Amino acid sequence: MAVDLNKENNDVEVLQKNNILVTTLEKIWDWGRSWSFWPLNYGCNCCPIEMLAASAARFDIARYGYEVFRASPRQADLIIVAGPVTLKMKPILERVWAQMPEPKWVLAMGNCATSGGPFKDGYSILPGCDTVVPVDVYVPGCPPRPEALFHGLLELKKKVASGQYTHRR
Amino acid sequence: MSSQQAVIEDISNTWGNQIEVLEDEFFAGVKVPLQILPELFRKIRDEHGFNYLANLTAVDHQDRFELVYHIYSIPDNRKLMVKADVDHDAPSAPSAVSIWPTADWQEREVFDLMGIRFEGHPNLKRILLPDEFEGHPLRKDFQMKG
Amino acid sequence: MLQTEQLTINIGPQHPSAHGGLHVEAVLDGEVVVDAIPHVGYVHRSVEKIAESRTYAQFVPYTARLDYLGTHLPVIGYVQAVEKLAGIEVPERAEYIRVIMGELSRIASHQLFIGSLAIDLGATTGLLYCMRDRERIMDMFEMTSGQRLLAAYMRIGGIAEDLPPEFLPAVRSFVRDIPKMIKEYQGLLYGNEIFQARLKGIGKLSAQDAIAYGVTGPNLRACGVSYDIRKAEPYGIYDRFDFEIPVGSNGDAWDRLMVRNEEIIQSGRIIEQALDQLPEGEIRAKVPRVFKPEKGKSVYHRIEGAKGELGYYIVSDGGEKPYRLHVRAPSFVNLMALPLVSRGGLVQDIIVNIATLDPVLGEADR
Repeated sequence: MAVDLNKENNDVEVLQKNNILVTTLEKIWDWGRSWSFWPLNYGCNCCPIEMLAASAARFDIARYGYEVFRASPRQADLIIVAGPVTLKMKPILERVWAQMPEPKWVLAMGNCATSGGPFKDGYSILPGCDTVVPVDVYVPGCPPRPEALFHGLLELKKKVASGQYTHRR
Repeated sequence: MSSQQAVIEDISNTWGNQIEVLEDEFFAGVKVPLQILPELFRKIRDEHGFNYLANLTAVDHQDRFELVYHIYSIPDNRKLMVKADVDHDAPSAPSAVSIWPTADWQEREVFDLMGIRFEGHPNLKRILLPDEFEGHPLRKDFQMKG
Repeated sequence: MLQTEQLTINIGPQHPSAHGGLHVEAVLDGEVVVDAIPHVGYVHRSVEKIAESRTYAQFVPYTARLDYLGTHLPVIGYVQAVEKLAGIEVPERAEYIRVIMGELSRIASHQLFIGSLAIDLGATTGLLYCMRDRERIMDMFEMTSGQRLLAAYMRIGGIAEDLPPEFLPAVRSFVRDIPKMIKEYQGLLYGNEIFQARLKGIGKLSAQDAIAYGVTGPNLRACGVSYDIRKAEPYGIYDRFDFEIPVGSNGDAWDRLMVRNEEIIQSGRIIEQALDQLPEGEIRAKVPRVFKPEKGKSVYHRIEGAKGELGYYIVSDGGEKPYRLHVRAPSFVNLMALPLVSRGGLVQDIIVNIATLDPVLGEADR
């Protein structure tokens, strides 16, 4: 029987009909994943400075469990696209996204990553990183405060824990 | 400053009426024909101590390009602006890299965004845009597809 | 005999110490660097073209996004360039407040420099101390403009709003704490033998090369050239303050760090003098909402940014939008020195050289 895993609303019920052990384990894995994303060191521009401030002592991303920033995409599962995606950066982002193993998520941080931001009418900016990678959470702001980034991360956590995310095998 | 005047006088005396002394209230400068640029730069660097090229850029006036150089002498604390017109249809200018190595990337940027070729530049490639980009965006006739 | 060949590896643009998207193509012979070629353009946001479709006042927030670490400094440079072009005179109180904000931005930029140098070398805790101290400055910016990082607090003709009452005591207490802060960095980082071994003698740049390649700012002063635009060609009211220009002697990475460290102390002196001399009065000149500078006029205004000479070349065509706006970015020009200082060194010193040349890619690429 063919199961369309991309159908967002009822894939959980379909799987439940088929194999209750796997789906229960999936729920436990999702719960675990949501508590400890491993973000990738990725960013160009002003938004990563707020990401840096978020991971420093005052705002402390570690209290949510997300302080393990990995340098290599092969060890990370969350890419926080902080900053604009320029024409030159597009193949880099595509390659880095392809190197990340499943399951993986994208958080678009800042106005430039969401929609092109203030530079939208320029000739070298893509209108948002969702033209390159599938985005799960958008955090607007220019730049968003560290608290806004945490709000975005907690929304992503809710999304992952409930098993609904954009990119799923 | 009297020594600033001496520099401009020296340049005017050497090249006569090819030099137009600019009436700019902020920056003393001269407008020169394009082909004397390498000689002029060598002269002001070696004889007048202008050792620091701060800024090299270009303006698209639609019927011509205008190259603008802002040059400083750090030991004597003097400054000089040099402007030169470049033909709009086949824009090409002599490179200043052999005189001030700092012109390297600045000329590449002018080539990338304005399309002015610099003769004698060791590595004239695009620097800010991807190599396969078509067009020169800072030109006035470049349409931005938003 | 062993047959060896040269290896080309790419450092960045996705890299923990890429400083915002710098790509260095390193050609290596074993661990020795044959060449280190920087590639920029990964953050090119077409700011100069956008400037031609914004009015002079609308462009002010874009300048903050150039050198985003020296928050107010690029904005001050731009509004001063436009004021020069249009012949606008700025009230005294606004000038003093600009100096205070500019020097606080310089301190914040240098603090992040020290922190990111520490984390690039592996001393993660150094970053946390520097970020903690930087948060005090972020709070002060938030008090005045509401924005921590990219505050467009300056306006053409002055500043946006007057200072709130809690600002001045906060600045005074911060300036009083600067010696203690520097002492903490000394104890934590500078005295460490490994830190010194990784910085001393690394990445030497001669004064002649530095000037020929257009390197400015603390990088130039570390080579022994005492050139600071605030003293050489004072802009605003910098000629009223008494401060020294720290100069290094060797031009190596250690000197580049020490020059910036000393500049934090000197900026503290300037802020203190500005606080003592701060007058009452207007904060903004009367400027029409849409003003049109004279046709054909152009201006090149440069300031001592946190990274070096930050210049704005603006050409006006008589309209309300600039005809051409060019930003002379110090980081763009400073990066030309990277191959010079890295050749012949070891591959790990490329990271030290990138960190101590202190490029900000937002500014380099515009």
